[in-house]
Amino acid sequence: MTQYTLQAHRPSNRCLWEGRRVALKVASGAGDLQTCTGKPRDSKMVEWTDFERATIVDIFSKMQYEVVGPAALARCLIVYPWTQRYFGNFGNLYNAAAISGNPMVAKHGTTILHGLDRAVKNMDNIKATYAELSVLHSEKLHVDPDNFKLLSDCLTVVVAAQLGKDFTGEVQAAFQKFLAVVVSALGRQYH
Amino acid sequence: MTTLTAKDKDAVRTFWAKVSGKEEDIGTDAVARMLAVYPQTKTYFAHWKDLSPSSPSARKHGVTVMKGVADAVSKIDDLKGGLLTLSELHAFTLRVDPANFKILSHCLLVVLSIMFPNDFTPEAHVALDKFLAAVALALAEKYR
Repeated sequence: MTQYTLQAHRPSNRCLWEGRRVALKVASGAGDLQTCTGKPRDSKMVEWTDFERATIVDIFSKMQYEVVGPAALARCLIVYPWTQRYFGNFGNLYNAAAISGNPMVAKHGTTILHGLDRAVKNMDNIKATYAELSVLHSEKLHVDPDNFKLLSDCLTVVVAAQLGKDFTGEVQAAFQKFLAVVVSALGRQYH
Repeated sequence: MTTLTAKDKDAVRTFWAKVSGKEEDIGTDAVARMLAVYPQTKTYFAHWKDLSPSSPSARKHGVTVMKGVADAVSKIDDLKGGLLTLSELHAFTLRVDPANFKILSHCLLVVLSIMFPNDFTPEAHVALDKFLAAVALALAEKYR
């Protein structure tokens, strides 16, 4: 398999909230990006039901980070191979077996999963919690935010396998809502 | 979207052989999950008396959908031709926004992951994800 060198990924000037290509203005001081229409972004907090809070806390309290993290990242790299573009220095990613056995993938998968701990501990302010990580992913790592969704889907599949029948529709809804909020927070500082 | 390679088709057929007999459970669980996790999908079923994920209507619909997926597996060598009638149904009568095919595909994969944790390997996952995407494309064929 040909290995392509990693190209710097320039984020497009696409408005992330309305999908149209416009020039975005960053409101000075407030730290809040404006929407395409120029109106200030609605900063309503995410509301969590008691069930959702309890479910998220429960899932992460039982989480086997060293199993789930590596499995989720490996699955993402296998199922959506274009995500490998961000891991040019990870060595052998030539096939599924290589990816699943790659120690760098495993280590990074664990790191990513632990990154979610911050959100679990700050469910009422995930937006602010990930502001720095969002800047990192956009300015330094140049990750297309769509990839966050791809990884979320793989994480959902892996956690589902772990929890089995306990991963009911209601639990899945809470888990996916949580991941969607994290994904949104990570994509916020892109410009 | 990409075409299904021979390897993909083999992987799908192999996995589907293991699924045999459990199609109804998979279908009902997938539709129930879709209604629970993506409430906007309920808009297509406003004519049901009971919109809860475990309702008889939802269960029945899960079975119907799964029969379609099983049919698609048997027609994997020509999805466009094989699913023509179903595409016309979805395009002209049901008019389901194709974005929802992706949603249901995801729910199906989650159910397979739960029911077949050892068989639903990353390799099987990618083949099935590609297959379901191809089915979705074939279903959307007649839309415009």
